[in-house]
Amino acid sequence: MPMTLAEKIIARASGRSAVSPGEIVTARVDLAMIHDSGGPRRVEPILKRLGVGLFDRSKVVLISDHFVPGDDEAGREILDLTRRWAAEKQVAFYDGVGICHVVLPERGHLKPGMFVVGGDSHSPTGGAFGAYMFGVGATEMAGVLATGEIWIRVPETILIEWRGRLGDGIAAKDIMLALCGRLGMDGGRYQAVQYTGEAIESLGMQERMTLSNMAAELGGQTGLIAPDATTAAYIREAGGEPGDISDWQGDADAAIAEHHVLDAAALQPQVAAPHSPANAADVDAYPDTPVDVAYIGACTGAKYVDLERAARILRGRKVASGVQLLVAPASRRDQERAAADGIMAVFEEAGAKVLTNACGICAGYGNARLGEDITCISSTARNFKGRMGAASSRVYLASPFTVAASAVAGRIADPRPMLAEGGPA
Amino acid sequence: MTTGRAFVYGDDIDTDQLAPGQYMAAPIETLAAHCLEAVDPAFASTVGPGDVIVAGRNFGMGSSREQAAQALKALGVAGIVARSFAGIFHRNAINVGLPVFTADVGGPIAAGDAVKLDVAGACLVNETRGGTIDLDPLPAFLLELINDGGLVPHLEKRFAKTRADARVQKESRV
Repeated sequence: MPMTLAEKIIARASGRSAVSPGEIVTARVDLAMIHDSGGPRRVEPILKRLGVGLFDRSKVVLISDHFVPGDDEAGREILDLTRRWAAEKQVAFYDGVGICHVVLPERGHLKPGMFVVGGDSHSPTGGAFGAYMFGVGATEMAGVLATGEIWIRVPETILIEWRGRLGDGIAAKDIMLALCGRLGMDGGRYQAVQYTGEAIESLGMQERMTLSNMAAELGGQTGLIAPDATTAAYIREAGGEPGDISDWQGDADAAIAEHHVLDAAALQPQVAAPHSPANAADVDAYPDTPVDVAYIGACTGAKYVDLERAARILRGRKVASGVQLLVAPASRRDQERAAADGIMAVFEEAGAKVLTNACGICAGYGNARLGEDITCISSTARNFKGRMGAASSRVYLASPFTVAASAVAGRIADPRPMLAEGGPA
Repeated sequence: MTTGRAFVYGDDIDTDQLAPGQYMAAPIETLAAHCLEAVDPAFASTVGPGDVIVAGRNFGMGSSREQAAQALKALGVAGIVARSFAGIFHRNAINVGLPVFTADVGGPIAAGDAVKLDVAGACLVNETRGGTIDLDPLPAFLLELINDGGLVPHLEKRFAKTRADARVQKESRV
């Protein structure tokens, strides 16, 4: 029976030869990822109550990123508890070296065909590696840690095909904001979103991760990209083993529920107005919109590729007077690589303030939260009302190119003219 | 089954509104006092046992933070009836024992109506206006989870049975 990539992974994980959309099955998980916010402090009391330990400590990865660096006492206590738990349970633990969705793949934990749960809504990021990965809450995660299994309703596959190539100054974030605007925050219907087409195949892994990650903003359960040579090369470099990627391709004649075809070459830089990623429009829909804060951060906006893009705009330029540019590189590795390449120096010379490798203000954590009436342009994934600070603050979402250009202009700006003219002499 | 009031909201109620980020380190009672304050500042102080939330599309979109569902449960909310739910929130609600139903709600219910949520019968009785709204029934195993009080008591039952079975096996071998 022909199957989609999602169906093949779920069939394997549930011990069946085939599954069909709508069936509810119980699947064994290959990996469970948890972080400091929804992890030990929430799951351990449940495991204690159940009187059980971890189903398999070698299949659990813990990453602290939400309360890092521990700006207040409550945060420090949560981080301490996280560290004690990691030592006691002897699970793989990455402490304050970056955001879980970036650290997990960069340390080689993901491979095509895996069935993975994460204790965070942006867990579909793993789909960029051809893994069926999705987010769950803490109680459900505790159940997974106790039993090693979880129920899943076999999803339909929604295929999103981007033909052609992206223009210069256009990024994966633009693709996603355009999709949120077009399909809506529930366009994914909690099914499996799968990205395909020339524009997707030409993207590097970090850009693909942004697409898979923000399947959450489309309301999909996961966001898959079929593995290819780019995937395998990334996994090998991260110290992982990609396996035979030919096993993890959807069949050409598998049933697809929806097939959207879009033109990458026609895509303009996108900006999503407060308070929803679905409020996306071309950047020129926002003339004369001043910004107070520009934030280059989060799992969808501060990976190496994002930093590199922002630096292309910022090289030789300064942040506009009165604007605060905050940069929180998504992982320590990405920051070190950016430092070695001179990118971090570009940020400093432009007048940016560099923050910790953590989730930071994206999820309303930490000291840099937005104050009353602040307008922010941000490379993050979500701009819900009050998410990044005061309920009166306004967050516009955009690509790292557009955030950097807006920081320089002091108002929402198209990055392409700045790219075209290069840095000032 | 307690008669409560209907609290009616629109589409896209998100998890950051239900469980604001700045209270995530706080106990659930503290967090619950800020539940939905960006949408309806009076909600947390007026809602009580038996009350039902009636909402539009994509209720609970956003984060996996299950405090979004726990806060509602802590405030005594009997359940949520919405046109659709975000997937993770829907799972979380059931896992913490908060009944969630989809239905084509709209016209016949207004904020403040006296309502009764019948979980087993999958219907919402409107005592103010009369009439009953049929809700889409949950799959049997999800209803069982809710009836058990959520995933943790459900797993307690399961593990207790496994242990009892193991004991019986051991004794029968002796």
